[in-house]
Amino acid sequence: MTNTTQLPDAEQLLQQLVQQILPHVTAQTALVGIHSGGAWLAQRLHAALDLKIPLGTLDISFYRDDFSKIGLHPQVRPSDIPFDVADHDIVLVDDVLHTGRTVRAAMNELFDYGRPSSIRLAVLVDRGGRELPICPDFIGARLALQPDQNLQLNQGADGKLDLSLFTAD
Amino acid sequence: MLNNPQLNQHGELQHLLTIEGLSAEIIRHILKTADSFVPITEREVKKVPLLRGKAIFNLFFEPSTRTRTTFEIAAKRLSADVVNLSISSSSQSKGETVLDTVDNLAAMQADMFIVRHSQSGAAHFIARHVAPHIHVINAGDGRHAHPTQGLLDMYTIRHYKRDFHELRVAIVGDVMHSRVARSQIHALTTLGVPEVRVIAPKTLLPKQVEHMGVHVYHDMEKGLKDVDVVIMLRLQNERMKGALLPSAQEYFKYYGLTPEKLAFAKPDAIVMHPGPMNRGVEIDSSVADGGQSVILPQVTFGIAVRMAVMSMLAGH
Repeated sequence: MTNTTQLPDAEQLLQQLVQQILPHVTAQTALVGIHSGGAWLAQRLHAALDLKIPLGTLDISFYRDDFSKIGLHPQVRPSDIPFDVADHDIVLVDDVLHTGRTVRAAMNELFDYGRPSSIRLAVLVDRGGRELPICPDFIGARLALQPDQNLQLNQGADGKLDLSLFTAD
Repeated sequence: MLNNPQLNQHGELQHLLTIEGLSAEIIRHILKTADSFVPITEREVKKVPLLRGKAIFNLFFEPSTRTRTTFEIAAKRLSADVVNLSISSSSQSKGETVLDTVDNLAAMQADMFIVRHSQSGAAHFIARHVAPHIHVINAGDGRHAHPTQGLLDMYTIRHYKRDFHELRVAIVGDVMHSRVARSQIHALTTLGVPEVRVIAPKTLLPKQVEHMGVHVYHDMEKGLKDVDVVIMLRLQNERMKGALLPSAQEYFKYYGLTPEKLAFAKPDAIVMHPGPMNRGVEIDSSVADGGQSVILPQVTFGIAVRMAVMSMLAGH
């Protein structure tokens, strides 16, 4: 079941994120997007913020805490951090913040590349339901969703982003 | 469908025993997963926490340096605990000893066995015996199979040549005694390589090798003509003692890969060898160390491929 009636416009949220992050951008700011939705979002942010350091992407499959329960994700993509993590201020980007477990895994992976000066977290939507002490620094919107609802970011052929909501039957 | 002992009831890999019977989809999935493990070795911390707390036993009943080492490195890069056991098998008590060994290691909470044995079927035998939560990887059994070598060879070919559907591949040398060749042939035909050739004297080819879907050549000039990939096999020294071959010099003259013979292949053909090489027997040093050789990248890719297989098995 899909329900898109009350969802905010992802493109507008993206612009709000750009406005929030912009005052914090320095020469040391680097963006890292989490596959898949976070990477699409980070790509757009990277262009809008006109950052000089190339965009990084993470696939956190090798750092998930539920590997022993559900096994390896069927579609793992290589992580790609094309800059030296050490001494950079990293903005970690994800589409939807929920339990915080993905962000925990992403931070662990980042530290295996080196020691960043700082990490901040940007999310398009904070849907609540945190299970770990993780708090975003830049937020497009806060939505209160039920546990059985699944909010998903989609990327159109033109690169435009939109949100859709699924409810488990 | 035949019962495939390496798949669980969901059709996922439970053990990796042989490439024979694996679908192209599973093979491609392993290669694709390996892609994600390659960049890990370029980071400051060259490991991921995926198999943290898992105990992996390298159970080698037959000596090996490279395969054991690359399995060990792969397991360590996945943060597993690795124990290496080199067990010289006495021919009298093989069956019993193997199972006793396995039972004892299982009692030490083993999660995975990497098995190398001179007897064909040894890894199958162990896989049938172990508890369902234990995974077995065949690291070479007799003349039968060496699936991770076959997979890393496919990874290497895919890295340099991309599309399997347009390739001519020649496997040269002692196909008869080679588990590597068998695994390569199964993988290549499953992935849709239209022309797989074997080049060897008749004494080094198994009977009815054509039934594996290969074209047979006894002559290097004809066999190497226009191929994209040349895979050299190791000529084991003990073969020289029997009646199979006159001498290493004679073998090199007809089947050793020299720059002159390699010139029959396509100009951009790659040269592979599973190692360890006998320079001057099956391959000339100028080819082994030359610009078309991808023998060392094979070793590097082998680690990523073994990481992929281990993590896929451990997750099922």
